[in-house]
Amino acid sequence: MKIESIGRLGRAAAGAAFLLLPTLPGFVRAQQSALPVAPASAAPKDDGQWSLAQKNFAATRFSELEEISTKTVKNLQVAFTFSLGIKPHGEEAAPLVVDNTMYVVTAFPNILYALDLTQPGAPMKWAFKPQPPSAAQGVACCDVVTRGSAYWNGKVIINTLDGQTIAVDAKTGKQVWRTPLADINKGESVTMAPLVAKGKVLVGVSGGEFGVRGWVQALDADSGKVVWKAYSTGPDKDVLIGPDFKPFYDSEKGKDLGVSTWPPDAWKIGGGTAWGWFAYDPDLNLVYTGIANPGPWNNEQRPGDNKWTCGIFARDLDSGQARWFYQMNPHDEHDYDGVNEIVLLDLPYKGSMRKVLVHPDRNGYMYMLDRTNGEVLYANTYAPTNSITGVDLKTGRPTINPEKQTKLGQVVRDICPTASGSKDWNPSAYSPRTGLLYVPHENLCMDWESVQANYIAGTPFVGANVVMKPGPGGNRGEFTAWDVSNGKIAWQIKEDLPLWSGALTTAGDVVFYGTMDGWFKAIDAHSGDLLWKFKTASGIIGQPIAYRGPDGHEYVAVLSGVGGWAGAIVPGNLNPHDRTGALGFVGTMGDLKQKTTAGGMLYVFSIPQS
Amino acid sequence: MYSRSRNRELRSICIAVATVLIGACAKGSETSVAQAPPDRPSVQGTPVSGLFPGGGSAPPADPLAAKYLGDPKAIAEGARLFDWYNCAGCHFHGAGGIGPSLADADWIYGGSMDQIYATIYQGRPNGMPSWGGKLSTTEIWEIAAYVRDFANKNAAAAADPVAPLPPVRDDQVRMPEIAANAPTPQQ
Repeated sequence: MKIESIGRLGRAAAGAAFLLLPTLPGFVRAQQSALPVAPASAAPKDDGQWSLAQKNFAATRFSELEEISTKTVKNLQVAFTFSLGIKPHGEEAAPLVVDNTMYVVTAFPNILYALDLTQPGAPMKWAFKPQPPSAAQGVACCDVVTRGSAYWNGKVIINTLDGQTIAVDAKTGKQVWRTPLADINKGESVTMAPLVAKGKVLVGVSGGEFGVRGWVQALDADSGKVVWKAYSTGPDKDVLIGPDFKPFYDSEKGKDLGVSTWPPDAWKIGGGTAWGWFAYDPDLNLVYTGIANPGPWNNEQRPGDNKWTCGIFARDLDSGQARWFYQMNPHDEHDYDGVNEIVLLDLPYKGSMRKVLVHPDRNGYMYMLDRTNGEVLYANTYAPTNSITGVDLKTGRPTINPEKQTKLGQVVRDICPTASGSKDWNPSAYSPRTGLLYVPHENLCMDWESVQANYIAGTPFVGANVVMKPGPGGNRGEFTAWDVSNGKIAWQIKEDLPLWSGALTTAGDVVFYGTMDGWFKAIDAHSGDLLWKFKTASGIIGQPIAYRGPDGHEYVAVLSGVGGWAGAIVPGNLNPHDRTGALGFVGTMGDLKQKTTAGGMLYVFSIPQS
Repeated sequence: MYSRSRNRELRSICIAVATVLIGACAKGSETSVAQAPPDRPSVQGTPVSGLFPGGGSAPPADPLAAKYLGDPKAIAEGARLFDWYNCAGCHFHGAGGIGPSLADADWIYGGSMDQIYATIYQGRPNGMPSWGGKLSTTEIWEIAAYVRDFANKNAAAAADPVAPLPPVRDDQVRMPEIAANAPTPQQ
C-alpha cells in the first residue's frame, strides 16, 4: 500500500493498535513509518515539563501526557488561577513549567512571574519587573504583546517590548544579564518568544510597519553577548550569505539580491522582520527563521522581489550563515508575513523518507518543504483564497491573481485572505498519533487601498487603508486538522470569531484551543468533536500548554486576556465605526467589545482527585 | 437624527472643500489664521488634571486656541498634516489602533485645544511621540483643530460600542480541498 493512500480509517486503526500494544516494537515501527514524526533530536521524549514556548525545537506542541484524555477530559476543572496584574493587553504567551515552577511573562511591561507548583494554590515565588520604557508602546503595531519566554540552564529568558533580552535566575528571580538589541526610535521592538538552542538565544525584531530593517540575532545564553546578527535585507555580507548558501530555486540565486531586488536604498527601511517562530534541527544544526513582510505595505514604493522578505531562512546555528532561503511571497502585496510556525517532521513521501518542515503561511497555503534544501514538496490551500491561484513547484513561485493585486489610489475589493492571513502567528500543534496538524486560524477577506507612505523614523510606515471582513460563509474563524502526509484537510470546525490562540495536543488524543470570546475548548484529536469547554474571564489568544505537576498528575494551562492585532479593539477601546482602525482589523471585529472585556489571567486545569 | 447628522457632515465637507478652494485662491494673503505669528504657547501652563489642590483653578487657555478652534482652513490643513506626519498610522481615521481613538469622548490627557496642543508638543508616556521638535507651532494648532473638530463630529456615533460587520462576499474564491471522507465535528 502506498503511504499516500493510507486513509483516515487506516490511520485510526494503526493508532488503535498502537494504544493496545504500546510495547510491541513492530507496531511502534509501523506507526512511525506510516505517520510523520518529529525528529527525536528536535522533539526528545517528554519529561512532563514545558521549557520552550513551542514545547521543543520541532515546535510540535505535543505533550505525551495522557491522563487528560478523550474519556476523562469532561471532568476537567480549574485547579488555580492567577491575575497578571497589569493594565489589560493581549496575553499571547505560553507559560513555562520547569522544576515544579511555572513561569508566566505578561504583555507590556513584560513582568515575569514564578509560581510555586508544590504549594496549594501555586503562590508567587518572585516577580521580575524589567521596566521597559513606556514609549515602546508607541512602536508596537498590534497591541503590546509578547509570545513567551524560554528556559535554559537555570535561567528564564524574556524579551521586553523595547527589545531587551534578559536572562533571569530561575531560582531567585534576579537578573543574570540584560542585552539591549533594538532601538525604538528606529521603530524597532521585540514581541517574539526567544528560542534557546545549544546555548544560543535567538531573537528576531518586530516593526515591519515602522520601516525597520529586519534582523535576527544569536546571543550567548550564558553571557548575553551577541554572537551573530543577520539582516534580512541589504548586501550579502549583512545577510550572512556566503559560499554555503545554496537555495533550491533560481530566483533566490545571485549576488546581493537583498539590494538589487529593491529600489535604491529602499531595503534600508524595507522590513523583513522576524517576530514569529523559529525551529531548530540539531542533526543538521540548522535554525529556521520565518521572515516577515516588506515595507511599506504600498507595494508600488518597492518594485522587485524584495529579498529576503516573506520567506524562510535556514541558517547554521553557530555562524548564522544562510544555507537556503525560500520566498513564499516575492514582492508581497498583501502583508503576508512568513513568520508563522515551522514544524519539523520526518515522513515517507512519494517513496522516500524526507526531512521536512510544515508551515501554514499567511497566504492561505500550507507548505511542506524539504528542510535540508528548501524544496517545496507541496503547497496546498487550507483556507479560502483568491489572491494567489497556485504555487508552481518548478519555480517555487506563487501564481498571482492580477485582479487582487493592490494599487495606489484604488480600492481593490474582496481580497482573500486578509492582511493577517488565513492564519497569523498563533501556532498549530502536531500529533504523531494522528498524523494531523491542528491549525487554529482565520477566515477573513479585505478591501485594500494603497496610499503613499511617508517615512519618519519611529512612526508607522504602512501606506494602505485596509478594511477586513468575514470570509466565505461568514464564520471568521476556523480550526483545521491538516493531514500532513496527504496534504489536505481532514476536517474543519467553523468558529464565529477569528482564532488567535495557539493549539495544544496530547497523547490523551485531546486538542485544546481558545476563542476570542473566552471559551477554552477541548476537542477529540481524531474526530474534532467537542468534548469539554470552559468560559474564562476574557478572550483567549494565548498558547495552551500541558505539564505534569509535582503530584504526578497532568495539568493544562492557558492565559486568558483578549487583545493582539485581532483583539486590539477591546483593550485599546477602539471605535468600531472607523473600519480602517488597527490596520483594518476593526472592520471585522465591530462586535467584539460586546462579546468580551479585557483583563489578563492565568487558568490552570486538572482532573480533581477524589 | 440620522439624517440631521448626515446633513451636518455634508455641510462640513462642503465648507472644508470651499475653504481649500478659497485658501488656494488666497494664497499669499496676510489674513489667514494659518499664517498667524508662530507664538509658542506655554505647555507647562496647560493642566492635564482637573484637581487643583487648595482650591486653584485652570489658568485661562492660550488665546491662540480660540483662534484655531473651528477655523475651517486650519481644520483642512490639520487633516492633511494628520496624514503627512503619520498620525493616521496610529490613530487611523477615528478608530485608533496603536494610539487611542480620537473620535470618541474619552480624552486621556484632556480634550481642550490647548490640552491637545500640549499632548502633540510634549508627547505622552504610553507611546505618543513628542512632536515639539519636529512640527511648527502653527502645524500643531492646525492638527489640534482638526482633531477637536473630528471628535465633535464623531463622538455621538462612537459612543455605540458595536458596529455592524461588513457584508460577506464569497465570489471568486477558491475553497481548499477537504478529504472526501471528512467527518463533521460535533460542536
